[in-house]
Amino acid sequence: MNIAWFLIVSALMFCLGAVGVLVRRNPLVILLCLELMLNAGNLALLGFSRMWGDGDGQIFALIVMVVAACEVAIGLGIIVALYRRRLPVDVDELRELHG
Amino acid sequence: MWFFFFLFSIVALAGAVGVVALRNPFYSVLALVTHLIALALLFLLLEAQFVAVAQIVVYAGAVMVLYVFVVAYVGGGDQPELLSRVSAKQRTLAVVFGLAIFVELAIALLGTALKAVDTHGAKLATDYGSPAQIGDLLLTRFLLPFELASFLLLVAAVGAVGLAGRRGGVGPDHEVFTDTVRPQGTGTMAEGVGRRRDGHP
Amino acid sequence: MSIQTAAWLVLALPLAGSLKLALGFRFWRGAMAGWIGTAAVGLAFVFALVTLVKLLDLPAEQRHVASSLWDLANVGGVHIRLGIYIDPLSTLMILVVSGVSTLIHLYSVGYMRSDEGYTRFFSYLNFFVFSMLLLVLAGNLALLIVGWAFVGAASYFLISFWYRRSTATNAGIKAFVINVIGDVGLVLGTFFIFRRMGVLDYGPLFHGVQHAFDKNEASLVAGMILILVGAFAKSAQIPFHTWLPDAMEGPTPVSSLIHAATMVTAGVYLIGRLHPLFEWAPTAADVGAVVGALTLLVAGTIGLAVTDLKRVIAYSTMSQIGYMIMGVSAAAYTGGFFHLTTHAFFKALLFMSAGSVIAAMGNEQSLDKISGFRKAMPFTFRCFLVGGLALSAFPLMSGFFSKDDLLYEVGQRGGWYYGLYAAGYIGSLFTVIYTWRMIFRTFWGEPCEQALALEHGHLYHAPHPFNPANGEVEDTGVGFPGPDHHIAEQTWQMKAAMSALALLSIAGGLLLLPFESLEPLRKFLEPTFADSIVAHPKNTGLETVGLVLSSVIAVAGIAFAYATWVTNAGGAARWQQRFAPLHNLFVNKWYFDELIDLAVVRPLAAFGRWGRDTFERIVVSGALVGGTSGIVKSGSAAVRGLQTGLLRGYAGLVVGGMFAVVLYFLLRAA
Repeated sequence: MNIAWFLIVSALMFCLGAVGVLVRRNPLVILLCLELMLNAGNLALLGFSRMWGDGDGQIFALIVMVVAACEVAIGLGIIVALYRRRLPVDVDELRELHG
Repeated sequence: MWFFFFLFSIVALAGAVGVVALRNPFYSVLALVTHLIALALLFLLLEAQFVAVAQIVVYAGAVMVLYVFVVAYVGGGDQPELLSRVSAKQRTLAVVFGLAIFVELAIALLGTALKAVDTHGAKLATDYGSPAQIGDLLLTRFLLPFELASFLLLVAAVGAVGLAGRRGGVGPDHEVFTDTVRPQGTGTMAEGVGRRRDGHP
Repeated sequence: MSIQTAAWLVLALPLAGSLKLALGFRFWRGAMAGWIGTAAVGLAFVFALVTLVKLLDLPAEQRHVASSLWDLANVGGVHIRLGIYIDPLSTLMILVVSGVSTLIHLYSVGYMRSDEGYTRFFSYLNFFVFSMLLLVLAGNLALLIVGWAFVGAASYFLISFWYRRSTATNAGIKAFVINVIGDVGLVLGTFFIFRRMGVLDYGPLFHGVQHAFDKNEASLVAGMILILVGAFAKSAQIPFHTWLPDAMEGPTPVSSLIHAATMVTAGVYLIGRLHPLFEWAPTAADVGAVVGALTLLVAGTIGLAVTDLKRVIAYSTMSQIGYMIMGVSAAAYTGGFFHLTTHAFFKALLFMSAGSVIAAMGNEQSLDKISGFRKAMPFTFRCFLVGGLALSAFPLMSGFFSKDDLLYEVGQRGGWYYGLYAAGYIGSLFTVIYTWRMIFRTFWGEPCEQALALEHGHLYHAPHPFNPANGEVEDTGVGFPGPDHHIAEQTWQMKAAMSALALLSIAGGLLLLPFESLEPLRKFLEPTFADSIVAHPKNTGLETVGLVLSSVIAVAGIAFAYATWVTNAGGAARWQQRFAPLHNLFVNKWYFDELIDLAVVRPLAAFGRWGRDTFERIVVSGALVGGTSGIVKSGSAAVRGLQTGLLRGYAGLVVGGMFAVVLYFLLRAA
């Protein structure tokens, strides 16, 4: 099995995720697209791990999953807090940190 | 083998497209769940059994359930401003960017630089990808990352609890949180451009 | 006590007095400040006497002592020491300066009594005396320039003493600016000399000039003429004289000290001190002589026409300094410094007396309004008489002997110097006439109302205090003259000082009598001027002619003035009508102020305007300041434009950056 195929799929998923981050306005969906990108990375890691034959890539992928979980927890917490403060849950409206 | 690869890849990519394109965030979440399951199957094809199962149990199981709850609470499917689309110019620009990166990566992969990729992989040990091997690696070679990851989880949990907020329930707050840090009239950026602190003009 | 210690004490005491008065400004009550100031200068005079005695103890060839405390600068071939030079000339100068200053301080103790700035006045006055002493005692050109600059600064402080009067502050600025122009000349001239000779100390300078330069070499002449510019500015010679009449805005003691006895004589001292250099550049010396002669004539004519009492005396000073400058430039050293000494006596006396008259007039200074004070102010009248007689070179007064000796020494050189000799006597005629015009108008005639009031025993005070120059009403707080007026008849300090000066004006002639009968001054100054290369052949005939001419001029002049202003009512008006254009010229001070305004002030003002409107606006503010700040502003605006606050925008930047990085690595690997 040629690893390159997996890597192509991974690249495609990554780019789809990137486009999604740039295009969507709902922060929830942006987080979902971030998950896409992270998963694409996971796939690439596992592909390379298979190529080299040791388990380093798998451990790396596990840790990435842990990080993703933490980030989702915090991100969703922020979105819920926004919603409860009656702020618009829309990244185009939340732009106070500007110059 | 090829068949399964293409099947699962197409499902995964369809799920990805669904996440990006579907208007209703709930549908996006469901699309992502599909995508994750397809991805787990791809992991199986790569002989990473433990990771695949972890993906389903942890990712598609726990994280996505969390997402579902939040999407149900926050909603967004029925709020008019969130349904409005981004301008066409920005959309094309984003697609162009994405395409550009994909092309670059494809060139990198298919070019001569990654010759080694064009192989069938190394000879695998019998317990490659098994929980035993993962456990062994986690507790010997990767002990430090393992401990740090657990620490990170702790921090995230505490942070999430802290973000979860205050007593007093739902309703208009007496003061905006940011007022305790920078009270009105101290010259924030928002005041500088003539907007109130809660985001309304 | 050694001679050096005495000389350093002479220098240090007025400085200490000035500092003590300034630092303890709030403590001094009553007239304490005045007495401290007077004591400081008085003690300096005592030590000057000690220096004189010690100097006379030395044999004649050794009467030049240099003493230095420490090095001020020793870098790049320039070696300047804090050093003084004690020789007969500097001793004479410190005696004159400290002596006359003590008397003027004594006068001021009474005269300035009601002024709110009493302590400040004495602090400044002491500082001035210190500066003048530094100037005359300095042992090298650098320290002389320091003293020169300090004198200019002190003069500015004192002229604009009544600083709430705009006329006074304008006069102070005018004096300072013209003095600075002189300073520039002095410094440039020094540089010319230093460039060739490499030293600034007097001893090596004087001994080496004949080896370093050719006689009358162009660069030496240029340097000396530049130094002359400095001398002219400080001594109010044409064309740098316009500040002196305006400087009469200062209090009368200031006029008598600075603008009669000391500061304006600095130029004379400079030329006398640098005489080896001037004699080696005769062209420059001749320039000095001619300018001095011109000044004495022009100032004399202006004195005939102006009507402000103090300004008549000011132009008289200008004229007499012209004599001195002419004298020392023409190598008549002893005569020049003799006249400097006697002039200090009688001119200070005249100014003091004028101060008394002005106080009696309630600060009015115009001769048109003053008349008939003979009965009301007998003491002042007698002082004016003594001073006037001395100034007009009346026989047997000190001024007679000094002016005569000066002109005789000039005439001794023969040739075209006879022209200067003749100019001197013509100027003498003018001097007599304007002096006695002033005296007759002030003391003869019908008493004015102020004189009448004084005859009945009370001093006149104007209903509102006013500025005599432009009639503006003022008050008597700090920055203006005080409420009381002090006249000599009622103030013992003024009387004492004026009496001392009157005695000196009469007896001063004994310093140098004609026909070499009694010559203590010439013998005293001889060691300094022994290296003069100018010949002074004895010419008894000339001397006799001079003495006779002087006496005749004095008597005839007094008679003419009496006839015009006392007996012949309207005589002055008829003369004025007959020579109306000349009179206009004189009253307008030969239009020098207008000329300078046209030639210097307006072009410079126009240049300043051009600078402000064009250069400053377009080049500096526009291109340089605006340009650099504009670049920074637009750059930061561009960067700021990136920070929209839009999350997707930032994400787009990240993605774009990622694209660029991957592209870079791809290209590198290719």
